[in-house]
Amino acid sequence: MATTLQAQNTKWWNGGKSPFNLEYGKLMMWYFLMSDAFTFGAFLISYGSIRFSQNFWPDPNVVFNAFPGAGHANLPLAFVSVMTFVLIISSVTMVLAVHAGHNNDKKGVVKWLFWTIIGGAAFLGCQAWEWHHLITGEHAVLMDGQLNIIGQTTSVNPWGDLVSNEAAIAALSKTPHETLVSLAHLSDHNMTHEAAAKLSHDDLMKTISSNIDALHIRKNGPVAFGGYFYGITGFHGFHVFSGVLINIVMLIMAQKDVFTKRGHYLMIEKAGLYWHFVDLVWVFVFLCFYLI
Amino acid sequence: MQHPAFEEVTEHHHVDDATFKKRVRNTTILLSVITIIELLIGLAIYNIHKGENPSELLVLMFKGMVCILTLAKAYYIVSVFMHLGDEIRNMIMTIVVPLLLFVWFIGAFIWDGASYKNLRNTYDKHHLESTMPAKHGAHK
Repeated sequence: MATTLQAQNTKWWNGGKSPFNLEYGKLMMWYFLMSDAFTFGAFLISYGSIRFSQNFWPDPNVVFNAFPGAGHANLPLAFVSVMTFVLIISSVTMVLAVHAGHNNDKKGVVKWLFWTIIGGAAFLGCQAWEWHHLITGEHAVLMDGQLNIIGQTTSVNPWGDLVSNEAAIAALSKTPHETLVSLAHLSDHNMTHEAAAKLSHDDLMKTISSNIDALHIRKNGPVAFGGYFYGITGFHGFHVFSGVLINIVMLIMAQKDVFTKRGHYLMIEKAGLYWHFVDLVWVFVFLCFYLI
Repeated sequence: MQHPAFEEVTEHHHVDDATFKKRVRNTTILLSVITIIELLIGLAIYNIHKGENPSELLVLMFKGMVCILTLAKAYYIVSVFMHLGDEIRNMIMTIVVPLLLFVWFIGAFIWDGASYKNLRNTYDKHHLESTMPAKHGAHK
């Protein structure tokens, strides 16, 4: 009686059993993900530290307000919510793939992995569009007393504080002719770039002054914004990309009956842990860059 | 005979399909609802900023709410989707306890950033004047 009791108390640690009741690779995947959480955490905390050291930081609703095909419509947070839902749904299809694996259901594993890969690819496509839109965007910005047309890059940020119309018009006389041509086109889309190029310097200044409200001229914002945004979303995007590759390999292996012959689908579980982690990180990236 | 790891690992995960589907569906709905609430709060912050005299306290409270909702989402993803909640307690602790380092990590570095801002604003008035934004309502 006493020996039975003692045996039960030390069930997991008396040898002959895995004390965590986990397969080695899966446990190591957990520890890898924990270390990766610290990597992402360090990046995000560094971003937070810089952000707290600034007197001004751009409002995400102003920065992220574009939607593919919607032109210049102001749709704050719309596109990023699509990206977020794509990733949540792909996480759900991954859960279903792992579950199919538990039931040794090859067809289910292949089907749900396929949809997970589609979701991951869709997310990467969305991110590519978003980056492209931010980098090639044309924003009128007052820098060093003159107006410039810039996009969001790692060296310059176009989303500083709004500039008063008087200050903007005063800066026109110091702005180079080429920029004035582009500004005239930006302020009035009915005027083509070619038509604007034919106008005299004074006519350009008059045209721009009368449409100055359309330009939403701002000061340049904190330079650190671009580096942190592209660095962290890029690092996350790289995780999504490698997750998609891993899932493709899993799909091929499942299709070729590698797991059926092995007798278990533990590999799908490990790939699934990685994929859910990618979703988990996005939850925090979404919070830090788009919501607060 | 099957590989021993295989027997162990599948044994305690084996829930019947109906329970499993219900659990996944409920978690999906929960995550979606939380995300929608977060987006609504994001838009609320946008509208507060647009208005005359935006209330900094209200914005801060909304941002705090989004942070809490995000932690709830993270909990459900890790516990249900990644099945960490179904593992043995000792194993869970080897993951969760090291993550407590974040409590210090976040607090210390945010504090440091804020301290740098305050010191610079105190001793570099030019910096303060050139970077402090005008009130949002001033540019209507």
